[in-house]
Amino acid sequence: MKNGMLSAGRARISERTLRTDKWWLQPFVTFAVLISFVIYSTFRAFENANYYTTPLLSPFYSPCLAVSCVPGSSDLGQPIGSWFMLSPAFLILFIPLGFRMTCYYYRRSYYRSFWLSPPACGVGEPHSKYTGETRAPLILQNAHRYFFYLGLLLNFVLTYDVILAFRNENYEWGHLSVGTLVLFVNASLLWLYSLSCHSCRHALGGRLKHFSKNPVRYKLWTWTSKLNAKHPMYAWISLLWVAFTDFYVRSVSTGFFTNFYIF
Amino acid sequence: MGYRAKFRVWRGNANTGALTSYEVDVNEGEVVLDVIHRIQATEAPDLAVRWNCKAGKCGSCSAEVNGIPKLMCMTRMNTFNPEDVVTVSPMRAFPVIRDLVTDVSYNYKKAQEVPVFEGPKDLAPGEYRMQQEDVARSQEFRKCIECFLCQNTCHVIRDHEENKKVFSGPRFLMRIAELDMHPLDTTDRKHMAQDDHGLGYCNITKCCTEVCPEHIKITDNALIPMKERVVDVKYDPVRWLGSTIKRRTS
Repeated sequence: MKNGMLSAGRARISERTLRTDKWWLQPFVTFAVLISFVIYSTFRAFENANYYTTPLLSPFYSPCLAVSCVPGSSDLGQPIGSWFMLSPAFLILFIPLGFRMTCYYYRRSYYRSFWLSPPACGVGEPHSKYTGETRAPLILQNAHRYFFYLGLLLNFVLTYDVILAFRNENYEWGHLSVGTLVLFVNASLLWLYSLSCHSCRHALGGRLKHFSKNPVRYKLWTWTSKLNAKHPMYAWISLLWVAFTDFYVRSVSTGFFTNFYIF
Repeated sequence: MGYRAKFRVWRGNANTGALTSYEVDVNEGEVVLDVIHRIQATEAPDLAVRWNCKAGKCGSCSAEVNGIPKLMCMTRMNTFNPEDVVTVSPMRAFPVIRDLVTDVSYNYKKAQEVPVFEGPKDLAPGEYRMQQEDVARSQEFRKCIECFLCQNTCHVIRDHEENKKVFSGPRFLMRIAELDMHPLDTTDRKHMAQDDHGLGYCNITKCCTEVCPEHIKITDNALIPMKERVVDVKYDPVRWLGSTIKRRTS
């Protein structure tokens, strides 16, 4: 007996879908953007160079915690000794990677575009068996809230990086460059992405049964619910901007761009 | 303003069937269900179609129009070009009875498996008091008209018949979320959602939300919050420890 859409009793329609619109476009674009980001960020993590140019630090390397970090790039000291031979990016990149991999919105996106489960609504998936997130490894998606908490810590660090970027190349305060603005937008978008997260919404008030007994948390939940409606947009913009921020810092570091100062 | 539209309608039963072509008049302001009725009236009087209110409120005329799960009565003909061929097929997740009519009894069975609201033991019906903000979330889910388009489009059962035994589908997981968020419900719905109704099968691809004719944010407001509530009691050791300590100290 056939399974799936040709299971016994169902309408005998052999096509995987009868959709006539460009249903393949969205998963294709999603795949292209995500795979491009993965390739770029992997290259940058392994490059282990051109991530700091006074006073700008790439978000891929912030905080830079290893003794191998270039001078001036370690905002929070260098607690990781010389035994760590890899790029210092690997010490922290698991946090944004884990946060985005377990994000409810990205799950939707990559389940559709990478795993084709399903590729689009009303389009048959190619897999003969499906267990979803009921067993390993996908049951680990339930750790999303822990990556959210760790991601918040990184957001504070990146905000601190923005403050440090109000200096010039001689470490003198009171200056604003294009790089400062790039870092500022980056930190702001990452805050918006984090605060619009479904786990954040749940932690702030979603888990309550009685909003009326917790008016402050209800208010917070109301605010984060408004942000949550735009979570997909923040997910995409923050992803693209964090890559651009790193690209900007790399370009300034290599001399490809000049970091112009507004004052 | 009218034109002759090209339609393909799936005709058949549980054993056999095929798409049958029709050319039929379409007038301004009509919806797909009007055209199906005209085919019934002019060319195929034995065409089976389930419908009732023709106002998007009874949830009877669920079908697939050009492969997308929709209410036929809410799908306007002016969303197509006159030269388009419009294909109408029955919902593909459920057994077909005849033509566009499917057997949706799976949904009624799953509905029965969700325990009803159970209020506090010390309050009698009529003594329940609650604030509007406490029930506002659940009220969104009460807009459901039970058209079962969300159930039909959910790939967990659409593409995997075997999962019907263990997965209740978005409509009834939303019902569980509605009750779990209810300020006076006392039943443990979280373990039930995961262990008995297969919430873990949901991979939140949001197709249920996309097809909902009532525009209920099923995924964002019911399924994901329910998944987070399940994490609280099953997968979050810190939350588990905190609630255990709180229980013992109280």
